[in-house]
Amino acid sequence: MSSVYALLFIVATIVLVIGLTRKIVQYAKTPAPLKIPTTPAPVTQTGVVFRLFREVVLFESLFKSTKWTWIFSWMFHMGLFLVLLRHVRYFIDPVWLPIQLIQPFGKYAAFAMVAGLAGLLVRRIFVDRVRYISAPSDYLWLLILLTIGMSGAMMTFVIHTDVVAVKQFFIGFWTLSGGELPMDPILLIHLTLVAVLMILLPFSKLLHIPGVFFSPTRNQVDNPRERRHLVEWARKFEES
Amino acid sequence: MAGAEFETPELSEHIEVPELVEGTMEHITCFVAKPEHQTDLGFPGEKVENWKEVAIDKMGDLLSRYRSFQVFMDACVKCGSCTDKCHYFLGTQDPKNMPVGRQDLLRKVYRRYFTFAGKYFPKLVGAVDLSEEIIDDWYSYFHQCSQCRRCSVFCPYGIDTAEISMAAREILDSIGVGQKYCNEIIGKVHKIGNNLGLPGPAILDTLEGLEEDVYEEDEVAVKYPLDVKGADILLVTPSADFFAEPHVDGLIGYGKVFHEAGVSWTLSTKASEAGNFGMFIGSYENMRRVSLRIREAALELGVKRIVFGECGHAWRIAYSFLNTLAGPFDFLDPDYPVPQHICEFTLNEIEKGTLEFDKSENDDMSITFHDSCNVARASRMGDTPGGQFEIPRKVIKAVVNNYHDMEWDTIHERTFCCGGGGGLLTDDLMEVRVKGAKPRMSAFKNVMEEKGVTHLAAICAICKSQFTKVLPYYGMDMFQVVSVHQLVSNAIVLNRKTPPEEAPGYGEDDDD
Repeated sequence: MSSVYALLFIVATIVLVIGLTRKIVQYAKTPAPLKIPTTPAPVTQTGVVFRLFREVVLFESLFKSTKWTWIFSWMFHMGLFLVLLRHVRYFIDPVWLPIQLIQPFGKYAAFAMVAGLAGLLVRRIFVDRVRYISAPSDYLWLLILLTIGMSGAMMTFVIHTDVVAVKQFFIGFWTLSGGELPMDPILLIHLTLVAVLMILLPFSKLLHIPGVFFSPTRNQVDNPRERRHLVEWARKFEES
Repeated sequence: MAGAEFETPELSEHIEVPELVEGTMEHITCFVAKPEHQTDLGFPGEKVENWKEVAIDKMGDLLSRYRSFQVFMDACVKCGSCTDKCHYFLGTQDPKNMPVGRQDLLRKVYRRYFTFAGKYFPKLVGAVDLSEEIIDDWYSYFHQCSQCRRCSVFCPYGIDTAEISMAAREILDSIGVGQKYCNEIIGKVHKIGNNLGLPGPAILDTLEGLEEDVYEEDEVAVKYPLDVKGADILLVTPSADFFAEPHVDGLIGYGKVFHEAGVSWTLSTKASEAGNFGMFIGSYENMRRVSLRIREAALELGVKRIVFGECGHAWRIAYSFLNTLAGPFDFLDPDYPVPQHICEFTLNEIEKGTLEFDKSENDDMSITFHDSCNVARASRMGDTPGGQFEIPRKVIKAVVNNYHDMEWDTIHERTFCCGGGGGLLTDDLMEVRVKGAKPRMSAFKNVMEEKGVTHLAAICAICKSQFTKVLPYYGMDMFQVVSVHQLVSNAIVLNRKTPPEEAPGYGEDDDD
């Protein structure tokens, strides 16, 4: 059984890395022929970095829009971020100091994550506008993430699994030295869904993760009068 | 269809997010372009036989050429942030007028043909095959978007429905189903030089008439020159400025400002249109062809600077795209930005102290300013972000005593579209235009009631025409719309007196 999971995670990692790389390459290679930042926009590259930082870390545009959606999604994403950082400890030995320091926050961040997801799910079901635009996959993602979050929190706070063995399994996985995964149902559910998420990510709306960095309305400098912006396919008109 | 009956929405004190009512605007279809309108622009004259294949190919082509389109198709998480931001949704309750609802009309086809999930699990991700019904939906609802970008302000990924509308319209054009209004107008610009199809002599006649009017009123010979070689400034302005009210009062104002600033300027027959509907249909090629007329005119006339008159989408193209489409402008004076907005020019003169105003001339009015969407969210004025909000307001405040802004969430980058932008300013879309104007009309009505505002000033030809048409639907008066440079024109004191021989008609025989 442990080898099935080892295989699953090998496949998941390969699919995630290759799938995501392909999309990032696609986004990077696709030209943006016109200057279309949503203005007011920064007039320098540094300004753009700050704008993207505010967008990615603070969800600035969402904050302007709807406070409820903002609070739920920010709780979820920041919770997930801390939880992920905390999980680094299962892949390295010795554990780096910053990861050790995060430990207590990372543990309780699971609650923020689950609460945020629950809020988003409630909103999706009860706000008629959001319900109208939801496909089955939109609910499914929330349920997958909720299950991952709740199963993880269960293992942290209620029914502990053999974390040392889990860590040995993953370090072994990485260093090709093998290891046995404890056969706890909650752990297996948790890991299965994480692998599913990794495999589906490059084919789903989770592409908003790389997408936000490539969004021309957010990542372009507002300087069209000062600098001529011309992409390759548009150049051919100039030659004819 | 034109002339169909519909109810004008009731205005509300605040922006109320309505409940969804499916299909309220499904019946909207604007006139389809005739074969000659299509072929003039390089599109098939009629719906092609293999339209499905052509449409999907075109979608693939656009996905590979526009990063915006590719990223926006993928990145939406259906968070709902945009759902209550579109004026057309707020005015019609139709969920397909929610920005994401509109995008999804295209996205569900994108997913079906271009994504793994949509190819193998269409039901799961809401992907569908392209069909006649979908083409009908595209034609209807992508002509209910004014490409105002309000949704893009509030989207956590900056997804801009304007980009998606442009792509959809380009796909429709490529299968031979274009919109009459836009495509016929673009054809006129290609052939004659402006949206209205005004030939050179008609423009000259109008300008001479303006010179006479101004002379009659002020006894100063303010010139409205056309095709003058060697002038310093080429003014490019929307052709509506040549005859429509209140547009023409703005043109009179530009002339007075140039006169007092003591600069030489000219209009051009060739570039007698600032507007460029090529953007509305998403066609880079057509937008470029229209833009090149301005470059050619500037070269032929040997001007040093280019200034744009009051026009919203024209200013977006001028500010954001002109350098790309028709640049480089290294033959112009490098001391000035290319191009400049007339408000930038006027404010600069005000700050230099060359202009004198008698604000009391505007005391019969109390003004509020409508930020035009393309100026507010797709361009800039001046050197700092947000100059597009401050500069027109500074100009207005320099010439009027009574000014009040509308509610904060309806101005600046949050401004509501007039309801007629993006190629919708046609009578066959009147229902969309009236209903879409609801949020802006509400905010205007409120500032009228709360602050005693009487007039709405705008810097966009489309906004001015649209408001003139829709204000009466909401029980207000069409003359409540004014041009910003109309206010300037009213207040400016003409100190540069002119010799009598410069007066219009001087030396001509008086036949009366």
